[in-house]
Amino acid sequence: MDLFEYQGKQLLAAQGIPVPAGEAAETPEEARAAAERIGGSVAIKAQVQVGGRGKAGGIKVAATPAEAEEHARAILGMDIKGHTVHRVWVEEASDIRKEYYASVTFDRGAKKPLVMLSAMGGVDIEEVAASNPDALARLHIDPLTGFQAHHARWLAYHAAIDPEAIKGVVDILQRLYAGFITLDAMLLEINPLIVNGAGEVVALDAKVTIDGNALYRHPDLAALAESVTSDAQERMAQERGVTYVKLDGDVGILGNGAGLVMSTLDVVALAGGRPANFLDAGGGSKADDVVTALEVLLSDDKVKSLLVNIFGGITRCDEVAEGLLTALDRLGATLPIVVRLDGTNEEEGRAIIRDRAPANVVVEDTMLSAARRAVELAKEAA
Amino acid sequence: MSILVDAQTRLVVQGITGREGAFHATRNKAYGTQVVAGVTPGKAGQDVEGIPVFNTVADAVDETGANTAMVFVPPRFATDALFEAIESGVETIVCITEGIPAHDMMRVYTHLRRGDQTLIGPNCPGVITPGVASVGIMPTQVFAPGRVGLLSRSGTLTYQISKELAMFDIGQSTVVGIGGDPVVGSSFIDILSRFEADPDTDLVVMVGEIGGAEEEKAAEYIADNMSTPVVAYIAGFQAPPGKQMGHAGAIITGSSGTAQAKKDALEEKGVRVGTNPTEVASLVKDHLAMSINR
Repeated sequence: MDLFEYQGKQLLAAQGIPVPAGEAAETPEEARAAAERIGGSVAIKAQVQVGGRGKAGGIKVAATPAEAEEHARAILGMDIKGHTVHRVWVEEASDIRKEYYASVTFDRGAKKPLVMLSAMGGVDIEEVAASNPDALARLHIDPLTGFQAHHARWLAYHAAIDPEAIKGVVDILQRLYAGFITLDAMLLEINPLIVNGAGEVVALDAKVTIDGNALYRHPDLAALAESVTSDAQERMAQERGVTYVKLDGDVGILGNGAGLVMSTLDVVALAGGRPANFLDAGGGSKADDVVTALEVLLSDDKVKSLLVNIFGGITRCDEVAEGLLTALDRLGATLPIVVRLDGTNEEEGRAIIRDRAPANVVVEDTMLSAARRAVELAKEAA
Repeated sequence: MSILVDAQTRLVVQGITGREGAFHATRNKAYGTQVVAGVTPGKAGQDVEGIPVFNTVADAVDETGANTAMVFVPPRFATDALFEAIESGVETIVCITEGIPAHDMMRVYTHLRRGDQTLIGPNCPGVITPGVASVGIMPTQVFAPGRVGLLSRSGTLTYQISKELAMFDIGQSTVVGIGGDPVVGSSFIDILSRFEADPDTDLVVMVGEIGGAEEEKAAEYIADNMSTPVVAYIAGFQAPPGKQMGHAGAIITGSSGTAQAKKDALEEKGVRVGTNPTEVASLVKDHLAMSINR
């Protein structure tokens, strides 16, 4: 689960990492009031989960509360690379003397936390890593013995952090690692980590990703999740506990298991079609789950044909077939639907479709033939 | 012969009195697996379809000589169950549980790698040696005894490819679902090395998907260390970048980890990659025919 900057900064602050004073605002008036409380110059920052917001005009500095209101009015509602700005973060403007980069991330290759530090922050860190790898100090940490002060010093010296900032950076790295563990984070990234005019080391941005599997032990963070999904169908799927992703073609896909669903997308593309969306009903799908899945998939009006590709393991094909009939009855869907059922109780499942399904539902025996049929039917319907 | 699971497997099922645990322990036993014990704290003395239940894994191992553990415990208790299984000394642990936090698995993995026990999963369908023993949740009717080793990150895709192989009357020596999470106990390479050492495996099918770099590492390993031929399949060419697809592991970050990058890495090392499950089965058939003619 990816968090917004303002949420991430509040989590960093709770770990004792210095961040500029700030407040979230959803209206220009709230931004003005926040600017009055903070005092002096403030930065108005669009809250979107996409890079490059500064260049897109999503960050502006205001000298007065009136100017803060004006900038907030311009930024709120702005579209930044397909993301609408619903909130701004109003924070005290910083006097930037140095820009560093610091992060703790989960390295799935090494299966360990990786701590990275660079004195060349504030720019595209991937570019620095590629063109000047020595400028990015990296250290894997043993998750059983943890991150020690000497690790932080090693990183600070190897990243060539300015001597006067070493103490502050070492302190922040230790707090960052502690936060990574406490929050069950997959990523905690500060870019830039600045040295301000007073010589203090301060986090000017925050990217935080929390492990969705660990949310059960962080009810406070789980509550934040509600604010991060914007697409209506994706939110509907999330509420019902299924994986749904919208794409831009015209063949809807329902499958069970992430691997089989991805394979189905590929086979549809090989057959010359384009997937409109897909839904992974997961293992052990019951009739009710199929009804839910169809509701989500068919709520997208770009879908011209639907491919149902199920391989029953725990999932029983007759349950899936019953669910399909119930869903069609309830939704009154008339678009062409191609069904391929294999695995547990496949014969019973196919018989249910052949004997009782309306004429717009056809059964195919193989994944390949089903994909071809669904693509043809989508083209005919377009 | 086979790998990981065979007639000598003596299985203890952790979480055996839960709905899923009881169902699959019973099915594994019916398939022929020696399911010798179950564990649920506080339920020692009970039995599940004749399988005795113990309070701890250590008790189960002492009393029954179990050498393999299967974990069916819900995610918030699974980490403890895994550490308990490791400390009991069983050789092999198969963890079916889906949804274990990554931080927990980092600790389990680091601890595990200091010893020589084997963990398969978590978030996996298990291991089956067709006709001999099944440890996990795979639909056994899809598999038949044979000489092709199959390993995969995805459950349903494993079944699909086995079904395609069955169309050509090709069976499997052992089928291993390694699991779809970012941290799994055994990588492709760990399992490939076992198939390479197995005299009854003539060819290996490796089924990968987007995310991570394990397939790329496997490509290097195959080129440098394997004489057994490998045919591969990668799912997710059409998957949108940066989207999570059910398996926490299947996340693309930037350009690396894409299906195309994995296909290229494998083909560069001489591994044939099928574009769909049907083609994978044809490639396997051709390969086997060639080696018979030689």
